[in-house]
Amino acid sequence: MNFRSEASRGYSLSAPATAYVGFLVAAPLVILIAYSFWTQTYVTLDKTPTLKNYRDALADPLVRHLVLRSIWIAGAVTAVTVALAYPIAYFIAVKARKKTIWLLLITIPFWSSYLLRVFAWKLILGFNGVMNSALLALGLISEPLDFLLYNEFAVVLTLAHAWAPFAILPIYVSLQKIDPSLLEAATDLGNSPFQRFMRVTLPLTIPGVIAACMIIFIPTVGDYVTPALVGGSDGKMIANLIQVQFGAANNWPLGATLSLIAMLSVGFVAIVFVITATQFGRRIR
Amino acid sequence: MKRPSTLTAYAFLYLVFLYLPVLFLPLFSFNSGTIVAFPIKGWTLDWYRKLGEQDTLIQALWNSLGVGTVVAILSTALGLFAARAFVRYRFRGQRAAEGLVMLPLVIPGIIVASSMLVLFLFLGLKPSLLTVVLGHTFLALPFSVSILKSAFDDFDASLEEASYDLGVGVFETFRRVTLPVVSPGIVASMLVTFTVSFDEFVLAFFLSGNQPTLPVYIWSQIRFPAKLPNVLALGSILLLTSVLLLVLAEYFRRRSSTSEVR
Repeated sequence: MNFRSEASRGYSLSAPATAYVGFLVAAPLVILIAYSFWTQTYVTLDKTPTLKNYRDALADPLVRHLVLRSIWIAGAVTAVTVALAYPIAYFIAVKARKKTIWLLLITIPFWSSYLLRVFAWKLILGFNGVMNSALLALGLISEPLDFLLYNEFAVVLTLAHAWAPFAILPIYVSLQKIDPSLLEAATDLGNSPFQRFMRVTLPLTIPGVIAACMIIFIPTVGDYVTPALVGGSDGKMIANLIQVQFGAANNWPLGATLSLIAMLSVGFVAIVFVITATQFGRRIR
Repeated sequence: MKRPSTLTAYAFLYLVFLYLPVLFLPLFSFNSGTIVAFPIKGWTLDWYRKLGEQDTLIQALWNSLGVGTVVAILSTALGLFAARAFVRYRFRGQRAAEGLVMLPLVIPGIIVASSMLVLFLFLGLKPSLLTVVLGHTFLALPFSVSILKSAFDDFDASLEEASYDLGVGVFETFRRVTLPVVSPGIVASMLVTFTVSFDEFVLAFFLSGNQPTLPVYIWSQIRFPAKLPNVLALGSILLLTSVLLLVLAEYFRRRSSTSEVR
C-alpha cells in the first residue's frame, strides 16, 4: 500500500471542490471585467476597449442614487437584524435549556423559499392586504394605511425578516466560546451583571457581531427579489437596474460595469466597517 | 429573578415574528375568496385541486426535481472529498481553500447570476437546466462541505488505521469503514443541497432560459392577481416540503454525530 504524504492527499481530495468554486468565481469575473470595457449597440458587440461604460455609469445620477440607497438599506437591515438577534443568541447560549430545539426553530424558516417569504410580506403590507384588512376589521383604523408597501420601509422590514437566522448563528457561536471562569472572575471582582456584560461578554463577542454584519450586509446590497416585489419605485436597488441591463435593456457591457461598481462599493464599505469595528472592539476591551 | 423572564418573553415574540408572516400563505390558500384579506370568505380545497390541471406547472415541477437531484449528487460528491481533506489532513493553504469553498454564501446573488450568465454564453452554453445545475452546485457546495465536515469531525480516525493494519486497501477501507459511518451526513447533505436548489430563484431566473424551474414559474404568476390563489396553494405545498426535508436532514445529521458512540 502506498501512502502519499498528508499534504498531497489533502490537495488532491479538496482540489475538485476548490477548482470548481475557484473557476466559477474567477472566470466570470475576468469576463465581466472584459465586458465592462466593451460596448454594445443593439445586438452588435464592439470589443474596442473603452471607459465609456464607467463614464456613463458614474455620471448617471440614477446609478449613484441606487448604489447609495442599496448601501443605506443594507446597512439599516444589518443594524436592525443584528440588534434584534443579539438578545436571542444570548438567550439560546446562556439561558435556554433546550438549545438544539431553539436553534432548529430559528433556522427552519430560513429553509423555506426566500421568494415565498418575500411574497408573504407583499400580501401582508398591501393596500388591500392582510394587515390593513385586519386593522379595519378590528376597527383600529378607518381607512387602509398606504405607507406600508412599496417603499424603503417595506424593503428593510422584509429583508430583516428574511435574514434574521443568519445574524443569530455567528453571535451564538462566539457566546458559546466564552470561558465561564472569566464571567465568574468578573462577578468575584464585584461587577454587577450589567457591568459584567459590558466589560466581558460584549467585547468577547465582537468578532461574532462583525461576522453577522458581513453575512447580512454583503448579500443584501445585491438583493433583487425584495426590492422588486415590495420596493415599488421608491425602494428599487442596484440589483434591479443590473437585471434590466441583462434583460429588457439588453446592454450587457453596462450591466457588467454596474455589477463591478456594486461589488467594489460593497467591498469598500465592508473593509472600512470591519476595520472600524475591530478597532472599537479593542477600545472597549 | 426578573431578567430571564423578559428575555424568554422576547425569544417567544421573536419566534412569532419569524413564523407568522409565512403562515399567512397556507392560511389564505384555503380561502374561497380570491383577495388576500380579512375576513376570510369561506374554506375550500379548490385551489389545490386545480394545481394538477396546469401543464406548465407540472413541467416546472419536473424541471426543479431533476435539477435538485443532480445538484444534490454533484455538490455532495464534491463536498465529501473536500470535507474529508479539510478534516483529516493538514496542508499549506488549507484555510484559504476552506474559505474559498464558503465564498458562494456571501457573494450577492445578482452578481453570481449575471456573471455566470455571461460566462456560460461565452463558453457556448445556452441558458438551460444544465446551466442552472452548474450554478446551483456552486451555491450548494458550502452547505454540503460544512455538513460533511461535521460528519467527519465525529469520525474516529483510528477505525481506519485499524482497517489498514488488518491489510485492507485504501478504497476498500473507504467503502467498508468510512462510508458507513459518515453516510447519515451524506444523506443530510443531499437533502439540504436539494432544498437549496429547489428553493433558489435568482440564479434560475437568469440561467434557466425557456425551461423554468418552480420558483421561476411562481415568479411569472405572482404578477397576475387572478393567479394569486394558485400561487398560494403551490407555495404552501413548497413550504411544507422544504420544512419536511430539513427536519429529515436534521434527523440524519444528529445520527451522524452520535454514531461514534455506538
